[in-house]
Amino acid sequence: METIQTTLGQVNIASIIIFFAFVAVTLAITYWAAKKTKTTSEFYAADRSISGFQNGLALSGDYMSAASFLGIAGMVALKGYDGLIYSIGFLVGWPIVMFLVAEPLRNLGKFTFADVVAYRLKQRPVRIASSVGSLMTVVFYLIAQMVGAGSLIQILFGFPYELAVVIVGLVMIAYVLFGGMLATTWVQIIKAILLLSGATFLVIMTLANFGMNPITLFNAAAEKYTDVVLSPGGFVTNPWDAISLGIALILGTAGLPHILMRFFTVPDAKQARKSVFVATGLIGYFYILTFFIGFGAMVLVGQDVVSSFDKGGNMAALLLAESVGGQFFLGFIAAVAFATILAVVAGLTLSGASTLSHDLYVNVIKKGKTDEAGEVRVARIATLIIGGLAIILGLSFKGQNVAFMVGLAFAISSSSNFPSLVLSIFWKNFTTKGAVASIVTGSSLAVILIILSPTVWVDILKNPEAIFGLKNPAIFSMTASFLVAVIVSKLTKEKEASDKFEDEKLRTYLGIGAE
Amino acid sequence: MSINSNRVHQILTSEKFKNLVRKRLTVSIALTIIMLSVYFGFMLLLAFYKEFLSIKIGEHITLGLPIGIGIIVFAWLLTGIYTRWANSKYDKSVRELRNEILEN
Repeated sequence: METIQTTLGQVNIASIIIFFAFVAVTLAITYWAAKKTKTTSEFYAADRSISGFQNGLALSGDYMSAASFLGIAGMVALKGYDGLIYSIGFLVGWPIVMFLVAEPLRNLGKFTFADVVAYRLKQRPVRIASSVGSLMTVVFYLIAQMVGAGSLIQILFGFPYELAVVIVGLVMIAYVLFGGMLATTWVQIIKAILLLSGATFLVIMTLANFGMNPITLFNAAAEKYTDVVLSPGGFVTNPWDAISLGIALILGTAGLPHILMRFFTVPDAKQARKSVFVATGLIGYFYILTFFIGFGAMVLVGQDVVSSFDKGGNMAALLLAESVGGQFFLGFIAAVAFATILAVVAGLTLSGASTLSHDLYVNVIKKGKTDEAGEVRVARIATLIIGGLAIILGLSFKGQNVAFMVGLAFAISSSSNFPSLVLSIFWKNFTTKGAVASIVTGSSLAVILIILSPTVWVDILKNPEAIFGLKNPAIFSMTASFLVAVIVSKLTKEKEASDKFEDEKLRTYLGIGAE
Repeated sequence: MSINSNRVHQILTSEKFKNLVRKRLTVSIALTIIMLSVYFGFMLLLAFYKEFLSIKIGEHITLGLPIGIGIIVFAWLLTGIYTRWANSKYDKSVRELRNEILEN
């Protein structure tokens, strides 16, 4: 048995200094951004002033959560090749975002993806339905992030869970409340740069132990833990399960409200396109790095040590950082993980707040009749509501197993947001009733089936056998959502909507009239 | 923006615009199908012919490693191919059509 030499869990001075430096810099940026955040376009969309490259960095920042950094590295450390299969699923949704969604979304929308769904259809019913899908996605994602944040920070810094959740909540509320999208974007950009450079450095330090040759690293892993770690293991046991998870990850990515919202921050479709190219490259690079990090931890730290800290292996990257770079580097990586959580929850909160204010308050309650200042004020109140909710949910789900909530968020996103968005862009005869029925079917099926699935029914509710056999419901809920959309639209012709389709093309394809 | 609605109608029904939309849809859908086939092909390989990915191509290295990392790189290259096509060909036609509409 190897002896465990680590300062993980103790107060790490380097970590605290770096983290507070990050908070100080980002709050200074927020102060600067606050002066430029007065109109709705500034609050929701950074006045469309973000370049394609910057938005690419910010998109990757939104997507590379602490869960994917620590979780996937841990999964690779404990299971080897299977961790790679998992990260591939998270990446391949991005090309789909580019081919089907990014540019039409940019050209047709204003601040939220519901703008696009409601473009030709009746505002109120469609906005209400898409807000439900949107808010469910954001809230489940937020719960997973907040609970993860609390327990991670507890381990990393030795702070109590509650304090960690409150700090994360308050700092992220400050970003969004005062600095709107401009501050949130720059927090994402800084975090993405920190995370990517930290992970790159960690890989270089690791490979230095293996003559800078990844093949030597993989060979060492196979010699220590047999060839099994370099081959697919038990990740795919039931092919339907694998396909269903694949659908949720791929199509779900193209329906995440906080990701879609980012396309309104760039000036035009060309920059939207460029931002997906940059984001896909950075996220792919990051997943390849986490694969090396996982193998580094497997060999240099050892699987027994990694799993002794956390069953899921979440501490693998941090233990490796300490092993190759000492206490200071551990502190750096820990601070980066903290910063990552802050940035992701800020993005989610902004997106939830825009749904509340822009979709529900302005377009449903006020029927589109508000002034600029009024809408910004409402958006700020909505930020306080969503931010407060995030803190309350983070506190009340303490100690609960919330890992499935990310899967649930992706399932809802792929079954309610994605079908209505794609059909509203590409299908002339899509109707209001079709959209509402599709969203209601997709989101409720996703929630009901996941409760009845092994993930919740057996693992959490401790029933002996699941009523619904698949771990992820997307294959059913997404298909049902599309089918219902088509059937209901065929039954309820909406002349006004289909007449507008030709004019919409002018905006979808040529960007004429785009905001 | 003052746009002559007759002129817009003319453009929307013109061969040129229809061509642009058709090309755009063809490229988008073709690339989507390629990406989905590669990914779900990989998943089916995992489900039904896992041994293939365990074939050794080095002392310990398996075929699954270059394939897995290859899919990540491939996904990025596809976005690159699309961007190149859109920046050169698509944007050029868009510019021409926009000018026709906005100048009249």
